[in-house]
Amino acid sequence: MTEILGIPVAVIPGQLMLGLVNGSFYAMLSLGLALIFGLMGVVNFAHGAFYTLGAFAALLGLQWFGINYWIALLLAPLVVGLLGILVERLLLRRLYRLDPPLYRAWVIIASVVVCFATWFVIERTRLGATLRAATENAPLLQAFGVNVPLLMAATYGGGVALAALAGVLAAPVVLVNSHMGTSLVIVVFAVVVIGGMGSMLGAIVSGLVLGLVEGFTKVIYPEASNIVVFIIMALVLILRPAGLFGKE
Amino acid sequence: MAAELLRATALHAYYGESHVLQGVEYHVNRGEVVTLLGRNGAGRTTTLKAMLGLVGSRCGSVMIDGRETISLAPHQIAHLGVGYCPEERGIYASLSTEENLLLPPALAPGGMSIAEIYAMFPNLQERRASRGTHLSGGEQQMLALARILRTGARLLLLDEISEGLAPVIVHALSRTVQRLREQGYTIVMAEQNFRFAALLADRFYIMERGRMVEGFTARELPDKMTLLRRYLGV
Ligand SMILES: Nc1ncnc2c1ncn2[C@@H]1O[C@H](COP(=O)(O)OP(=O)(O)OP(=O)(O)O)[C@@H](O)[C@H]1O
Ligand SMILES: [Mg+2]
Repeated sequence: MTEILGIPVAVIPGQLMLGLVNGSFYAMLSLGLALIFGLMGVVNFAHGAFYTLGAFAALLGLQWFGINYWIALLLAPLVVGLLGILVERLLLRRLYRLDPPLYRAWVIIASVVVCFATWFVIERTRLGATLRAATENAPLLQAFGVNVPLLMAATYGGGVALAALAGVLAAPVVLVNSHMGTSLVIVVFAVVVIGGMGSMLGAIVSGLVLGLVEGFTKVIYPEASNIVVFIIMALVLILRPAGLFGKE
Repeated sequence: MAAELLRATALHAYYGESHVLQGVEYHVNRGEVVTLLGRNGAGRTTTLKAMLGLVGSRCGSVMIDGRETISLAPHQIAHLGVGYCPEERGIYASLSTEENLLLPPALAPGGMSIAEIYAMFPNLQERRASRGTHLSGGEQQMLALARILRTGARLLLLDEISEGLAPVIVHALSRTVQRLREQGYTIVMAEQNFRFAALLADRFYIMERGRMVEGFTARELPDKMTLLRRYLGV
């Protein structure tokens, strides 16, 4: 078989095709990002989340309303776009001219309110009890008649919406660089592990506390500020593998 | 309304590689209490789980209320009016007693109200704010039974509800099942406790190695004692 740079020629077209498909997504996503940044000077941190939302809108449209792919191609961007407009009107717009200290206060307040509301729904409502039961023993819950697959999709949607919200809040204050999303996700996973997998309260408390710890480290020993969260994670994993708020 | 509420035909069930149910055949009429007997590992739990599609995979036929359910998902089967009380009781540790009680969604009209349930199981009312798994074994069993009575399910699958409980609690459970029977519920029980089952059941099946090997009515029971001894060692 002929090879180019050690790669069999036969697999090259397939790889190129895959590359092109991924490239198409990147292009469309960055186009949207560039548009928003160019016009508004806002780094749309929530872009990835809206992308996911589009995919979900298409999927759920098909599952619930039988909307076919070609119509979804028109409809899903419309729906998500409208959502974007709403976000811009209700949140972003009034923030452009806010001064930084005030904006930071707003981020903290908004985060605390959203976190508390999420915690309340999960710990104090019937929907929350159903979600807790699903994490504990999903097959039995389904045997009771709960549509667990749908519940999973809705939970995923809820998590994504939280991510989108965080993204929108971060947009005006976070420094722009191409890796910011990736490194953030890694830290967030560490926070979840420290708090205890699946523990809402753990995620909220360790999120806020670790943010503070990181901030402090930046002041007293800047060299360690990037890794302090991971050192804490390692310690927690050794001393309390289930996490601070996790159930053994 | 047909007399028959449940019928399994040529039912096979698998957990991965292991072929556990090997052609189960049985039926249950409306308003009947039917007990599945058998030695450890005979396949009674698997039979109950297979009614709801809770096994790895299954094939054959399970008719519930005139509908073929073999290719339905567990939640769809539940909505035909099936309530399930698992062998390990399945009380959720992260939920309070009352949350456990309110967890299963309504499946059909005619379920018991919370007030009726608390009248039937006063202990549960007293302990409604406690974590489900902090209840005593007997209370947990009551809870596991009570929570499916709220849903309007008319076909109850009860797995070893008397297992590991003190005699006075077994007695109370026996009275409860008796009352449910009088109220017209259809009940399939898997039981180790032969004396518990003998008092309640209209009919019996004996299982061995994933098959029903005998079926008889309560009236035939005295004549079947030698047979039972051979199969179960009671
Ligand atoms: N999850 C599973 N994976 C593999 N094999 C299983 C599983 N559950 C049960 N089995 C096997 O299936 C067979 C039947 O088990 P089942 O629990 O249905 O028996 P049973 O009659 O309820 O007995 P008992 O309740 O006394 O243990 C047993 O041989 C058991 O080892
Ligand atoms: Mg069993």
